[in-house]
Amino acid sequence: MSFPWANHYKPSHPFMQWLDEKLPLPRFVYNAVGAGYPVPRNLNYFWNFGILAGVCLMLQIVTGVILAMHYAANTGVAFDSTEHIMRDVNWGWMLRYAHANGASAFFVVVYVHIFRGFFFSSYKAPREMIWLLGVVIFLLMMATAFMGYVLPWGQMSFWGAKVITGLFGAIPLVGEPLQQWLLGGFSPDQAALNRFFSLHFLLPFVILGVVILHVWALHIPGSSNPTGVEVKSESDTVPFHPYYTAKDGFGLGVFLLLYCAVLFFAPNALGHPDNYIPANPMSTPAHIVPEWYFWPFYAILRAFTSDFFFIPAKLMGVLAMFSAILVWFFLPWLDTSPVRSGLYRPLFRKFFYVLLVDVLILGYCGGAPAAEPYVMISQIAATYYFLHFLVILPLVSSIEKPEPLPYSITEAVLGKDDGAVLSANPAA
Amino acid sequence: MADEASIDTPADGTGEGVRRRDFINIAAVSFAGVGGLAAVWPLVRQMSPSADVLAESSTEIDISAIQPGQAIKAVFRKQPVFLRNLTPKEISEADAVDASTLRDPQTLEQRTKEGHKNWLITMGVCTHLGCVPLGAGEGEVKGEFGGYFCPCHGSVYDTAARIRKGPAPKNLEVPPYEFTSDTVVKIG
Amino acid sequence: MVRLFGPFVGLFFAVALLWSFGNGAYVAITEPAAPTAEHEFHKHPKEVHFASDGAFGRFDKEQLQRGFLVYKEVCSACHSLKHVAFRDLQQLGYSEAEVKAIAKQWGTKQPTFDPKTGDRGERDNLPADHFPMVYYAGQGSPPDLSLITKARHEGPAYVYSLLTGYQDQPAELLKKFPDAKTPEGLHYNPYFANLNLAMPAPLTGDGQVTYSDGTPATVDQMSKDVAAFLIWTAEPKLDKRKQTGWAVLGFLLAATVLAYLSKKQVWSNVGGH
Repeated sequence: MSFPWANHYKPSHPFMQWLDEKLPLPRFVYNAVGAGYPVPRNLNYFWNFGILAGVCLMLQIVTGVILAMHYAANTGVAFDSTEHIMRDVNWGWMLRYAHANGASAFFVVVYVHIFRGFFFSSYKAPREMIWLLGVVIFLLMMATAFMGYVLPWGQMSFWGAKVITGLFGAIPLVGEPLQQWLLGGFSPDQAALNRFFSLHFLLPFVILGVVILHVWALHIPGSSNPTGVEVKSESDTVPFHPYYTAKDGFGLGVFLLLYCAVLFFAPNALGHPDNYIPANPMSTPAHIVPEWYFWPFYAILRAFTSDFFFIPAKLMGVLAMFSAILVWFFLPWLDTSPVRSGLYRPLFRKFFYVLLVDVLILGYCGGAPAAEPYVMISQIAATYYFLHFLVILPLVSSIEKPEPLPYSITEAVLGKDDGAVLSANPAA
Repeated sequence: MADEASIDTPADGTGEGVRRRDFINIAAVSFAGVGGLAAVWPLVRQMSPSADVLAESSTEIDISAIQPGQAIKAVFRKQPVFLRNLTPKEISEADAVDASTLRDPQTLEQRTKEGHKNWLITMGVCTHLGCVPLGAGEGEVKGEFGGYFCPCHGSVYDTAARIRKGPAPKNLEVPPYEFTSDTVVKIG
Repeated sequence: MVRLFGPFVGLFFAVALLWSFGNGAYVAITEPAAPTAEHEFHKHPKEVHFASDGAFGRFDKEQLQRGFLVYKEVCSACHSLKHVAFRDLQQLGYSEAEVKAIAKQWGTKQPTFDPKTGDRGERDNLPADHFPMVYYAGQGSPPDLSLITKARHEGPAYVYSLLTGYQDQPAELLKKFPDAKTPEGLHYNPYFANLNLAMPAPLTGDGQVTYSDGTPATVDQMSKDVAAFLIWTAEPKLDKRKQTGWAVLGFLLAATVLAYLSKKQVWSNVGGH
């Protein structure tokens, strides 16, 4: 669907007219990210992060396909082939650092994108499907990133694979067979490395597929906007091109500056030194941690230290860690406030900032050693995390008194909307 | 670029604004284009042989055990290389041909080192489509000119490994090599 | 449905977490974690600077050559350098002929295997070869040094500190932890994670290595030089990386400024911005 005032694609060149008849690809692009897609005129820079996430995905696919040309998924030579890329392959060092830091950049961008969604309640009707597909993308990203980190077959790769597949071992009855099935053995080895490589190559294309659905679903109601008030008239929107292509171009420039600064001047800052030690199944590193983007969830996993009635602590940790993401699926139905944007919800806003700080604390604790006081802090932080989504949000939506909303986007931007007068007097 | 724009733009009051606007947008898009192209370079270049492949060491081969009329196969840059000790008869057969009548005119002298005319050292790669010709191994078919015969598409080489018949366009390639002593050849 | 069960699920996790918290707090109060010698006597690496530090730093090739000499004369007896090839040494400023000579004269030879006869033997190293593996039968397992400065926190400073950090076990430590006496055959070093390592001090006296450029070969200097050399072995593309980085950042900065101006221009006719 699009708004009735959307520009229509009118190819002027005979070739483009011919193409439009046979394969209307230019029309498709025009209506998706061109002048034919009317977008709210008031989007702020947080709305750049969707496009940036798409850029990150493409960056990862391109660099990843290239790395796969040089990498060997064999436990005997995987580590050496990675070093071969770093030393002998033309520009190999740059491509590998671009891929490794590209994963981090992808998660930074996606976390901002997700928290943008939290604050502006982008998950609410009519955009639930966009949100659900987004959570699926995030889950797929986590799986892909985890398997990619295993590939260099360093110490952290190996022990990460061991610990994460060990999570499945916590499931009652089927746990151990499931773990062995995942690994193709009793411990990560050739079978596991080979299948992780295969799946690590496949999943990004699955992500791409879900991203296409995500964007498709987006184009049905159109983009949300910071006021949370739906588009009412043509004055509320501008065409995507050139307005948002220009704005996204600038955002992309800033993003690439930061990304390249890390890539070229601190490419190992986000990695762990132990992964430059070849995998050794006989010796665990002193302090094993996953990559930073898993830290909040890792902290939740580790926060369960005591059995809870008949449920073992290990199982509780696994359940909680998965629930921490699965709860996002229910967000559209947990937050029932009729007002969307956090800008007009004073109480919700306060809790949003608490959640933000809470997740940062969880992240810090997840990266810290499994010792006090970090465990106790993460227990409190994890408690808030679950209460926030499952208790506080529903409660806040029913007791909060929202601030007055602007009549329309145009009014929010310009301070007045001539259309408001018209609609107040339908006879006109 | 600004000059070009001024030709197209009417010189009225708004001309200055239009020119500036066009210039900025054109420059921004051009920068994006140049940056994109520059970023493609490493993606293309990574396919070229890597440093370890280029450093593939030169091969030293002991030829003392090769009797006249015999040949061995060695490996150079992951491809076979033929080292052949020609008999006087083979040398005279090669010399008897008028080089100018050949498809790829070369004399045996040009294809061997001075003072080592009996040592014919060539790549074992047919110049047609890269198969390994027969004739170096013991008991292999040498073809009707007594040199090498490529079974893939029937190229026939003579005792100086020159193309005489069949589809191959060139003589078997002579790799760079030198005699480090009378019995040791260093290829590459 | 969701609103009915949601709070119960939330409270379930919350109560389980608080139960864990209570148990943890109880244990922390009743049985506080005992201090360990590692915890109290392990030291962070010393402050040390290298020519390659920072965004503008470049390798000091003379220092790398000195460091290579230290590796060759001292470390290479037990530690391999398997990710580095002899040909790479040309990046330190050695000529092709010098690299060839270094490879040929290298003490450990390349193992060979003849698949036809099954004979094993060895041959001289060639420039294209990687440094040969070193097998060590004694106590401890000397790690490969190719990546050591990237495989340790603050790697270069760690290597330097470890090499210069050998000392007698402090009396204070033994007084506090009588059981923590350095075991027979191990050596006390506060920069090593568990304080005691199998490697005896490798650099023991000034002049252990003779530098051809006249730099006095003090233990401190040798340690610094070999640490610098190991920065290079771990990241031989460091100089090129930073050089490329500045070019890329310069270009991106210009492109971003242009993109900003372009964006401003495009939006100039839309009110409220």
